[in-house]
Amino acid sequence: MSAGIELENVVCDFGNFRAVDNVNVNIQPGEFFSFLGPSGCGKTTILRMISGFNEPTKGVIRIGGKDMRGQRPNQRPTALIFQNLALFPLMPIWENISFGLEVRGVDKATRRKRAEELLALVDLPDAADKMVSQLSGGQKQRVAIARALAVEPAVMLLDEPLSALDLKLRQHMRAELRAIQKRTGVTFIYITHDQGEALAMSDRVGVMSQGRLQQVANPRDIYNNPVNGFVASFVGENNILTGSVQNAADGMASFATPIGTFRARLVDGANGKPVKLYIRPEHVTLSEIPGKENSVPVTISDVAFEGNFIAVQAQTENGTTLVAELRNDGAATVPATGSKLHMTFDAQRSALLPDAVGGRG
Amino acid sequence: MHKNRNLAFHLYMALFLAYLLIPLIIMGGAAFNDSKLPTVYPWKGYTDQWFIDLWNDNRIWIAFRNTILVAVAVAAISVPIGTAAAILINSLGGRIRSALYGIMVAPILAPGAVIGISTLLFWNKFSVPAGLHLSVLGQVSYIAAFVMLLVLARLQSFDHSLEEAALDLGATHSQVMRRIMLPHLYPAIGAGAAIAFFQSIENFNITLFTRGNADTLTVYVFSKVRSGITPTINALALLLILFTLGLAVWYELNRRRKARIEAAREAEGRRAEEAALL
Amino acid sequence: MQELLRRYGVGLTAAFIGLTAFWLLILVILPNVTLFESSFRPYLPVVDVGGPLDTYSLNNYMKVFGVPVDVSVLWMTFQVPVHIKIFFGTIYYSTLVTVITFLLAYPLAYYLAKVVSPKSLPTLFLLLFVPLWVSEILRSFAWFIILAFKGPLNALLLNIGLIDAPVRWISGYNSVIVGLVYTYVLFMVFPLYNAIQSLDTNQIEAAEDLGAPWWRIHQRVILPHAKPGIASGSVMVFMLCAGSLLVPTLLGSTSAQWFTQTIQQWMLEALDWNTGAAYAFMLLILCTVFVSVVMRIFRVKLSDIAK
Repeated sequence: MSAGIELENVVCDFGNFRAVDNVNVNIQPGEFFSFLGPSGCGKTTILRMISGFNEPTKGVIRIGGKDMRGQRPNQRPTALIFQNLALFPLMPIWENISFGLEVRGVDKATRRKRAEELLALVDLPDAADKMVSQLSGGQKQRVAIARALAVEPAVMLLDEPLSALDLKLRQHMRAELRAIQKRTGVTFIYITHDQGEALAMSDRVGVMSQGRLQQVANPRDIYNNPVNGFVASFVGENNILTGSVQNAADGMASFATPIGTFRARLVDGANGKPVKLYIRPEHVTLSEIPGKENSVPVTISDVAFEGNFIAVQAQTENGTTLVAELRNDGAATVPATGSKLHMTFDAQRSALLPDAVGGRG
Repeated sequence: MHKNRNLAFHLYMALFLAYLLIPLIIMGGAAFNDSKLPTVYPWKGYTDQWFIDLWNDNRIWIAFRNTILVAVAVAAISVPIGTAAAILINSLGGRIRSALYGIMVAPILAPGAVIGISTLLFWNKFSVPAGLHLSVLGQVSYIAAFVMLLVLARLQSFDHSLEEAALDLGATHSQVMRRIMLPHLYPAIGAGAAIAFFQSIENFNITLFTRGNADTLTVYVFSKVRSGITPTINALALLLILFTLGLAVWYELNRRRKARIEAAREAEGRRAEEAALL
Repeated sequence: MQELLRRYGVGLTAAFIGLTAFWLLILVILPNVTLFESSFRPYLPVVDVGGPLDTYSLNNYMKVFGVPVDVSVLWMTFQVPVHIKIFFGTIYYSTLVTVITFLLAYPLAYYLAKVVSPKSLPTLFLLLFVPLWVSEILRSFAWFIILAFKGPLNALLLNIGLIDAPVRWISGYNSVIVGLVYTYVLFMVFPLYNAIQSLDTNQIEAAEDLGAPWWRIHQRVILPHAKPGIASGSVMVFMLCAGSLLVPTLLGSTSAQWFTQTIQQWMLEALDWNTGAAYAFMLLILCTVFVSVVMRIFRVKLSDIAK
């Protein structure tokens, strides 16, 4: 039923513009896989190539092991959910959902029955005879999913389908989508620029920038062990310091910066490349006395209470601004603005990362 | 100051409407005047004589039948041509698009006499004699442009991802056309057909040069007005005005009803939206 | 082309192209080519067509220079060939009608776009559309009745004492102008309305707020914005006037000939189709020149005009 997808050396050019540059990825059957990246990074082009609306300039796309070259969108075992959902406004909901069956010549009674089953699956039992304009954004979302599921696709492709929704609804729909995916077992390929969405829903995430796939990993690794500065910045906040590597051994290195020398992890493959130091704000501690290593004296310049955490801004002696996020466990003492403290970075959780791989060439 | 200015504007509007409508009322009124000449003054008393004369006038009925036949033919040919041309031009870009667009709208601006004569001469080369069939072809040459413009405007509001969605769900190109594209275009196609029909009924210039010996209503009225007229023409005019007005009002009411239904649906959608956020 | 094939497939694309080609080639371009070609050929008996006498020449066009008549402009009198006089008369009076319709339509369009409350707009538009739904011939016919020597206008004016004796309204070009203005003024109103309506009312208010008098607001803000509408309306009205045959025939006196009437005489009375073609071609050139000039002056594109 569900199928895996292989992209092998896939390149897509639009005139002189290289939208997708040598992408290799192997997506497992039944996997929830997200392509994450800023707009213009090539993720939508990848989706359109998988669904057949664009052909790769070079490289091969296989679905379920079968080469898709020359296969038109209506011949591929994929179903695409469009960014604007593309529901047919002139058809009632049940005709929308069963359209894929209609064009395959399925008789009306069967279509109606199948539409109602699918509406039950997406938790919209009474909507069959409504028109699209009568539904809320979240309901339209479910109809779009039901319509895509009706053709029993091996792969479901979703192009930022939640972007038009209200924030609260969006978070609700994340869980919903994930549940539907698990229930149906269909391979989901999800496109988004929202790292929260990608991390929360996916089995694996592929982070893209400038047409290149930067890193493919599970959400935890993407966040905790980014392979380069782009990935680290795109999926979260960082204190970023420039400087030079002093000595490196066993995956650790000393890094000399204008505000002091720090020990940090040097990721594989960063050897010899220019690197910067990335420290996540939540991996920073503040204390009255300096730590054993990686400490720097700071003056607290701003404290913002955010509810579940406390955002602290601090200035070093030379005026560099650093940020820390302290978990609000109810007992934590909130540092006062203007107080002088020491900021300490955990060496294991500080990373020396190169810039993103490859620009557009 | 604003108040005075607005008063002047309201007055102007009223005068303008009077200017537009009074001549038509006079013309309609003359149909009931018991006078041999079509006029409302002096008023010689009410009569329905002219409507009876109209009913008994055979030539008018033939002209009427011809007019309807031509109008139906023009609509039937213009609509597919205009629709196809709109879809074609909508998928093109750059120079070809503007060149084609120019050629397509030029017949709207060209004088009817020119279109009529060129059509007559062209088909004469192939020994096709003048007649209403040439009137149809001549009229289509510019009326198709109206259909094209209407459909093109409607296409601009068409979401092309609907086409892609249908293809992605396995539809063939002709299924996409029949189930997705044409239903979206129907309002414009309907309006195009109506405009084609009425433009054809109205047409005089092209018809005059291409008709041969056949009469259409406009040509018949024209010849009647030039050779002595009786108020039968007024009776005909009144009926035509009432007929077209009736259709116009029906069309408008229908449009409003559909808009109301759609507005109610959207309101329901908004309520569902709000309910979802609670 | 690629785009078309991808979206519609081979069959439908071929159908679209076929229908469009039929329209543009068979119904538009080739007939006009024929018109152009025929305009250079002599009027011959059927047996001589294609024979040695059937040669191309400018003779048909030269016929405009026949039959001179006197024309007075201000205090000077010229001898001008009658068809030339009619040709330029048509241009002159069509331009005049265009200007009059603009003057009549502009305040109305402004009123509809910016003054009147939006609630009453649908009703006003329905009323304005009524004459458009009535055919051109009936609209001219209405004025034929009104302007008749023993018609209601003279009766009214006599009764209220504005005139002492009935006026012969249908004489010279006056009645033609009245008829053309009445018939085509709405073709000026709607493009102007569309153009003015698209102007952000804040701009007018900003100009008022900055102390501009009303005429300067029109001159500096509204009129420049309405330019495409003016161009579109002017082109429509001029073309319809220059090409009109009904109105001049119904409302014109014998002394007031319109160029289309001359064409009609060649075609349907003299049965000299080739000379008719030459004259029709001249009319076409006139219209093309007019459209190009307007497009140049107002710096608008064809797509702005054809709306």
